[in-house]
Amino acid sequence: MMARLPGLGPRSARRAVLFLIKKRSILLGPLADAMRQVADTARECLNCGNIGTTDICEICRSEKRGNGELCVVEDVADLWAMERSGVFKGRYHVLGGTLSALDAVGPDELRIPKLVDRVKSEEIQEVILALNATVDGQTTAHYIAEQLEGGVRVTSLAQGVPIGGELDYLDDGTISAALRARKSV
Amino acid sequence: MCACFVKSLSLSHFRSHRLTRLKLDSRPVVFHGANGAGKTNILEAVSLLSPGRGLRRAGVEEFGRRPESLGWKIKADIDVSGRAHELETTAEPGQARTVRVDGKSRPQIALGRIVRIVWLVPAMDRIWLEGAEGRRRFLDRMTMSFMPEHAEAVLAYDKAMRERNRLLKDMVRDAHWYQVLERQMGDSGAAIMSNRNATLERLAKAQTGAETAFPAADLSIEHPNGVLLTSAGHLTDLLESGRQADLRAGRTLIGPHRVDMRGVFTQKGVPAEQCSTGEQKALLISLVLANARSLAEDTGAAPLILLDEVAAHLDSIRRRALYDEICGLGAQAWMTGTGAELFTDLGDRAQVFKVVEGQAGSEVRQ
Repeated sequence: MMARLPGLGPRSARRAVLFLIKKRSILLGPLADAMRQVADTARECLNCGNIGTTDICEICRSEKRGNGELCVVEDVADLWAMERSGVFKGRYHVLGGTLSALDAVGPDELRIPKLVDRVKSEEIQEVILALNATVDGQTTAHYIAEQLEGGVRVTSLAQGVPIGGELDYLDDGTISAALRARKSV
Repeated sequence: MCACFVKSLSLSHFRSHRLTRLKLDSRPVVFHGANGAGKTNILEAVSLLSPGRGLRRAGVEEFGRRPESLGWKIKADIDVSGRAHELETTAEPGQARTVRVDGKSRPQIALGRIVRIVWLVPAMDRIWLEGAEGRRRFLDRMTMSFMPEHAEAVLAYDKAMRERNRLLKDMVRDAHWYQVLERQMGDSGAAIMSNRNATLERLAKAQTGAETAFPAADLSIEHPNGVLLTSAGHLTDLLESGRQADLRAGRTLIGPHRVDMRGVFTQKGVPAEQCSTGEQKALLISLVLANARSLAEDTGAAPLILLDEVAAHLDSIRRRALYDEICGLGAQAWMTGTGAELFTDLGDRAQVFKVVEGQAGSEVRQ
């Protein structure tokens, strides 16, 4: 069962299980309790798709976060990454994937109609598309931008040189994106 | 002229080779031996030092030696104009092919920027007679040798087209979704067409005035229904206006994936498909040599040239001329043939190996 988890092969799954058994009282028991609790209480926010313990998550309930900015992310892990930075003070909308006709993932499966509704009902002034810089991510970003055209300002995250990154290690695509998005110093 | 050559090659559990190690210099490399001995497998391994599926267009699972199925590895030390690179490509069973360049994991496309490889295999002999797909692939292969970034445009176009085709098949009517995909196809499609046209120009230039025993080929691109695919905007518009027809057909009917490459035997003015079998082969060799000449001019080093069973269909005059041209280019050409006598004209200008089928797989002997 452990080997079915993402990132774990059969060998590492076996090692993890043996380690948990060895640390039964300090790790296995508490982990089992925590997992039981998550299984009982974790649910998707009906508004944004974030994971929480209530029907509407804390971020959506917080009035402080209602500043007119809405950040669209592919999945909850991306939302957590944005939250870790502590920079974004608005609300989120989790799509749950990217458009893919080949995998039968269309706009309805991605909560895009819900996003369009939220933009109107929550008086959103800016939608920030924080989608992955992959072909599918960019297809989805363009699709959403077309859907929201005219009603709201739509922006996307900048692409280019990572902080602490060295030019020598960057691929050509990143360098050319960074060059196109250059700014005055 | 500087050279690009493989200094050492090691194959582990690749096709019929359990463990094969070769130490080489910059001269052409010849492998002779009986059918099924494993000669072409060595050339295929070298072809995998470039992006893609290699000269047989095989799936990654086909490369592993059977019955062990332990996965496979190809390792090569390459000298490109005096600069050494260590290339490694490998796959574990059931996993995708991975690439390491100078000890670091890199995407496959990185290989195309280090070493340029062109090839000619017997499966391409009927290229002028069969469907347009083979000719397009041949043209794209040559284009990638000039412009490694062409691979990215082809991948992006194919991905967007497959998505659009699925929408067409499922009769999806979401115009926004189509528009996004059509714009992507327009951008990447225009890049593909521009790269292909640039390649034809380079090949024409490389053939003009070249001292070669092989006939020149006039190449041109034929657009479907005579429609010129000139710019990204134009292609996007064509896709949008053709959407209803595409919906009825269930697939995309216009774009770079539908164009054809036509060839004409220049001196005779005869279309390639009407030439004799020998002439068709000579035209292909001529194009591969023109490709190599042009690359040598561009990059300062001739590419690696893989010629599988190339000598068998050539008379002794053309054979000698081919060897002279390869040596004149300073290219490390890798050639195979069933008998060593096919390569006697090369004398000590080549490194000759015999490949035999041993108990533990293919064996290579000097």
